[in-house]
Amino acid sequence: MHLLPEVLSDMTSPEAQPIINLTGVTKYFGTFHALKGIDANIKEGEFFSLLGPSGCGKTTLLRMIAGFEDPSDGTIVIGGKSMAGISANQRPTNMVFQSYAIFPHLNVAENVGYGLKKGKLSKQAQLAEVEKALEMVDLVGYGTRAAHELSGGQRQRVALARALVMRPKVVLLDEPLSALDKNLRDQMQVELRRLQQSLGITFILVTHDQEEALIMSDRIAVMFEGKIAQLATPEELYRRPISRRVASFIGVMNFLEARVTGSGEAGLQLDIPALGQVEVSHDHLPEGLNPQDIHTIGIRPEMLTVLYDGDQGAERIAQAQVVGTSYYGDMTYYSVLLPGHTEEVTISMRNTAGRSILNVGSTVSVGWGADSIVLFE
Amino acid sequence: MKRNRSPKWLAFYAVAYMVFLYAPVVLLPMFAFNDATVIAFPLSAFTTKWFDVLWNTPALHLAVKNSLLVGVSAAVLSTILGACAARATARYRFPLKRGILGFIMLPMVLPEIILAVALLVLLKQLGLPLSLWTVVGGHVLICVPFSIAILTSAFNGLDQSLEEASQDLGESRWGTFQRVTLPLVMPGIISSLLISFTISLDEFIIAFFLTGTDVTLPVYIWSQLRFPTKLPSVMALGSILLALSVILLILAEWFRRRSAHKQGADASATGGFV
Amino acid sequence: MDNEGRQGLRLISPPLIFAIAMLAAPLLMVVAFSFWTQNYLDIDRTLSLANYTEAWTKPIYQTLMFRSLRISVLVTIVTVLSAFPIAYYLSFHVHRRKALWLFLITIPFWTSYLLRVFLWKVILGYNGVLNSALLWVGIIDEPMTFLLYNANAVVLTLAHAWAPFAILPIFVALEKIDRSLLEAAEDLGDGPVRRFFRVTLPLAMPGVIAATLIVLIPTVGDFITPRLVGGTDGLMISNMIQIQFGKANNAPLGAALAVSSMAIIASVSLLLYLTGKKLGGKVE
Repeated sequence: MHLLPEVLSDMTSPEAQPIINLTGVTKYFGTFHALKGIDANIKEGEFFSLLGPSGCGKTTLLRMIAGFEDPSDGTIVIGGKSMAGISANQRPTNMVFQSYAIFPHLNVAENVGYGLKKGKLSKQAQLAEVEKALEMVDLVGYGTRAAHELSGGQRQRVALARALVMRPKVVLLDEPLSALDKNLRDQMQVELRRLQQSLGITFILVTHDQEEALIMSDRIAVMFEGKIAQLATPEELYRRPISRRVASFIGVMNFLEARVTGSGEAGLQLDIPALGQVEVSHDHLPEGLNPQDIHTIGIRPEMLTVLYDGDQGAERIAQAQVVGTSYYGDMTYYSVLLPGHTEEVTISMRNTAGRSILNVGSTVSVGWGADSIVLFE
Repeated sequence: MKRNRSPKWLAFYAVAYMVFLYAPVVLLPMFAFNDATVIAFPLSAFTTKWFDVLWNTPALHLAVKNSLLVGVSAAVLSTILGACAARATARYRFPLKRGILGFIMLPMVLPEIILAVALLVLLKQLGLPLSLWTVVGGHVLICVPFSIAILTSAFNGLDQSLEEASQDLGESRWGTFQRVTLPLVMPGIISSLLISFTISLDEFIIAFFLTGTDVTLPVYIWSQLRFPTKLPSVMALGSILLALSVILLILAEWFRRRSAHKQGADASATGGFV
Repeated sequence: MDNEGRQGLRLISPPLIFAIAMLAAPLLMVVAFSFWTQNYLDIDRTLSLANYTEAWTKPIYQTLMFRSLRISVLVTIVTVLSAFPIAYYLSFHVHRRKALWLFLITIPFWTSYLLRVFLWKVILGYNGVLNSALLWVGIIDEPMTFLLYNANAVVLTLAHAWAPFAILPIFVALEKIDRSLLEAAEDLGDGPVRRFFRVTLPLAMPGVIAATLIVLIPTVGDFITPRLVGGTDGLMISNMIQIQFGKANNAPLGAALAVSSMAIIASVSLLLYLTGKKLGGKVE
């Protein structure tokens, strides 16, 4: 992938102004309330993802930014200009469709150059731009290929090149990788991310795959049922999910009963019946919740450790019984039962040298710490 | 899947049935080239004189001209109206959609005589003269449902995101229609034109009731059937029409397949106007 | 109504307006006519049921109507029954070039309908092809007379004419049957005949019903076939309708006959459709 010299000078840091402002965006389809007041600002040059299960409204929102649907209420502002009444063909956005929408009656070069025909560039300049775009997606020399001769991955690149050649302010991607097989998908995730960073163009991605969103995004908006549940960086989403639902959607989370038993200068005292007592700092408390609202804590599988003989340094220790093992080669997932807690708790351990796989039924010591605990209602 | 061996009787039945289907049709060329005025066995010598007779009958030429005029007009008008209806069905939701569409397709299930008679009654009441144009109107009425069937299939096969992609890339509605929609449904359009033309060419009942002084080909043939001496030349004419229809049908099918292939869809035989 | 609805209606308005003008208006006109009477050369517009009374009580019309129904039903049964085996053969026993077979089946029907009916007249006539061929070969001594100018000829001709319209829906329905259902039936112990009656036929029913309706409805309205090959025994109601609009110059009566036959056909079709629904499967 090569950098366009013109774009280098355009590169701005992710701390720049919002290129898209969504205010109170609402959408009804008949009586179905698809989007319930979306507020978000997307920064220029960032890789932004809309993540959620099917039916949550993420694709609807993307299509509204593109101009294929009008909001029932609220405003969409792109680059400082309101998009009310502006049709899709006049917006500074370009979309990579889920089905790629490659024109079957045109070859690759004609597909990529489709949008340039209405512009002011001469024929030669158009050809040059098409070549540059093909270079960006590693499809040099494919210009004369017919549409039906392309593989799935190639079609995806052509769709991308076709959007990029237009030099849009925002590139919209509607689940662009869902039709590809796993290996190709993993490869494209990395390539797409690198391309976006080198070009510095704002990308908005819609996906239901949380791994994909985590790998590629600067920020993610997790959506459920027409609302944004949490908008944050991948790390923040993973380590400080705002609700149980977000926590379960991103990765795996163990949930345990807990109560706040006291509050002091240093922090909050937590009583977790299954694990023990611990003190956590005040910033663990989610916004909008009081200490007495807390009834659950969450702890990720990799934050619990099975202690082998000689392991030291665990902040706290609890006893557990192994009831299941799943071996994945590089990792092993253990299902354990903690005292007084009927649900199984998952612990993930890396299979480093010297660690044997435990037997079902064996009793183990489990190490855990305060910092990795997430508080919920 | 286990391949069943066809039971002998079934295969025999199939062959016998095909013979039954082709029996009348095979007679056409047989007696068109037969040097006899009576259509009966045994056959006499081979001759092409009946075709010469056709060539020298001005009334026939006129009827052919009229049929072509009516056929082309009916084909074009049906296809345009059919395209409107097919596009509306495939792309838009609007109130009473099923009712409206069912109504437009109604001529397909009404006996032609009812349609012909009803139109005749209306025209007489309105005092409008009968002419080739009234025949065109009647033909368009029965061809539009076929056109809709063919074009709905074509429009349904057109991925909606292709038109959205074109607009996303800056093209206007009309530009999208010209650069994306039209090229991709063109084979369906041609198929619709050919099918409508063929239906109109062969249509007798409506033409019979609604024609003025200018007759179409089927009406001309009807008038000739009373005269036994004219029969062999009618056979010759029939053979020509048969050959023409077959060629048109092959063309229509070829275009339909090309349309499906272009869009990467399944070009099976039953995808057609069934 | 939203934007999409408005655009959709705008787009469908040309064909819709055309259909209203060319279909709804004429049909309404026919219904109106049926309640008026013909007064020599003028039309008397006072509403009356005189035409319907005549249509339903006069013996000749009753005879024709019943005969039309009887012949149409007979044609439908014969056509559908004879079409089923070939559709079955094509669906289950032809493995390559199904499209070619279908194409070959439809070719005869793209010839002039008029000519095809006429050709059957030529085939079945006293001096016709069949008789002369059999005479020539020596199978018979005298030409057969029972072939033409009666109801049998009408049935045969129409069974030939409607064949592909019966074959295609049945074929499509048979093609849709999941072959693994038949394998499952076999696995559970059914022989070929039982499999056919317990699995294939019920699942093909929608196609059979469609074929029946497709053949029945136009058959009632056909006047060419009865005219050419039916003789006096084979005349059907549509011939009478044609005569009323033509020589007899009694359009109101013709209209009443037309509306009556449509009503009867519609009821029969509805009956068939509902029976078909009960027997299972969706009818498209």
